[in-house]
Amino acid sequence: MGSKLKNALVPKHEILDEKKSEKILKFYNITPNELPRMLKSDPAIRELNPKVGDIVGITRISPTAGNAFYYRLVIEG
Amino acid sequence: MKPENLPEKLRETYNRLDKKGKQEFLDDYQKASVVTGEAVGTVAAQSIGEPGTQMTLRTFHYAGVVELAVPLGLPRLIEIIDAKRTPKNPIMTIFLDKNHSKDKEHAEKIAKKLHEEYLKDVCTISIDVKKKALRVETKDEEAEKIIEKLTEKKGDNGVFSITEKSLSELKKLKNKLEKKRLIGVKGIQRTFVREYHGEYVIYAEGSNLKAVLNIEGVDKDRTTTNDIFQIYETLGIEAARNAIIVEAKKVLDEQNLEVDMRHIMLVADQMTVTGEVQAVGRTGISGAKESVLARAAFEETEKHILNAAIYGEIDTLDGVAENIIIGQPIPVGTGTVELAVKPMKSKKDKK
Repeated sequence: MGSKLKNALVPKHEILDEKKSEKILKFYNITPNELPRMLKSDPAIRELNPKVGDIVGITRISPTAGNAFYYRLVIEG
Repeated sequence: MKPENLPEKLRETYNRLDKKGKQEFLDDYQKASVVTGEAVGTVAAQSIGEPGTQMTLRTFHYAGVVELAVPLGLPRLIEIIDAKRTPKNPIMTIFLDKNHSKDKEHAEKIAKKLHEEYLKDVCTISIDVKKKALRVETKDEEAEKIIEKLTEKKGDNGVFSITEKSLSELKKLKNKLEKKRLIGVKGIQRTFVREYHGEYVIYAEGSNLKAVLNIEGVDKDRTTTNDIFQIYETLGIEAARNAIIVEAKKVLDEQNLEVDMRHIMLVADQMTVTGEVQAVGRTGISGAKESVLARAAFEETEKHILNAAIYGEIDTLDGVAENIIIGQPIPVGTGTVELAVKPMKSKKDKK
């Protein structure tokens, strides 16, 4: 399940299931509130029907690190 | 460190190595990454700030397209970092889809469609004070139809004479007619078709990403604008982050200043951390700091201290600035480590 927005600037977004979310929080030893945020109405994830509190996994194509993984917490907005 | 996470350039080198070499390569790569507690923000600030002093303070450079004034140099960098809503010189680069990118005529047709044209561009509108009439002359047939529709009056060979009761109403009508858009996309003032790496690309002065992406024949994948806020609104926060990096890098490259990507990426990450594009400065990142002392030390000291006193804010002293004020070791580098003790059972308990 990825974003339907097609543009070179938009990396792949996906909403993580509970199991994966937990794994990530455990790996970084953080609570969801410590993650970077992302608005619920963000055009890149609007079609994925995100819920507030979901964690979105972003696969960036980084010029310095190949595929870089980034996570954002969906917030109201 | 997994080999599939290596940058593409490095992966080629990596694949050429034997098994032992591969492991060493990964270890070295791991070693080169930033150490925990490193003050990356300070390093980034200085790394971008120092070349900034060498930048031309006022440049209007012509990048690629002669007709378009592209603001580069320090003013543009400040624009990006301050997250200005609209850039001084918004510019769009519109790519065409595969079927049409080689066709110059088609490109020009689309370019003409994009460019906005108002009624005042094709007619002469004047007020006759004596007769209390508005005189509109036009040679454009399309414009004629629109004027007829707006004023519900028939024109005589492209000449309209509209009478109103008062002068103020005439002025109102004149304004209304002048602002009527005939064709084009709102915000795009001029367009040019240029050849770029063997295909035709439209450059546009003015920007309206949302509308342009919906036009048929436009490559939705590559079309961009230098208006970061528009990118944020149409493509989302991650695209805005990428745009900040691309734009900032472009400015620095243009002046032959070598700044490592990672510094710019860090700034872009911080600017987008809340899900909205924030400026660096008192309205954005620095103003949103948790610590009262850190905010007061930056700008608007009285305001922050007064508010903190009224609301009874508590400073937990987790950051750097506040600890410098207090005179304590700062949580950077070796200072990040706190003493941790694992309580062991005493010998007596074991027995």
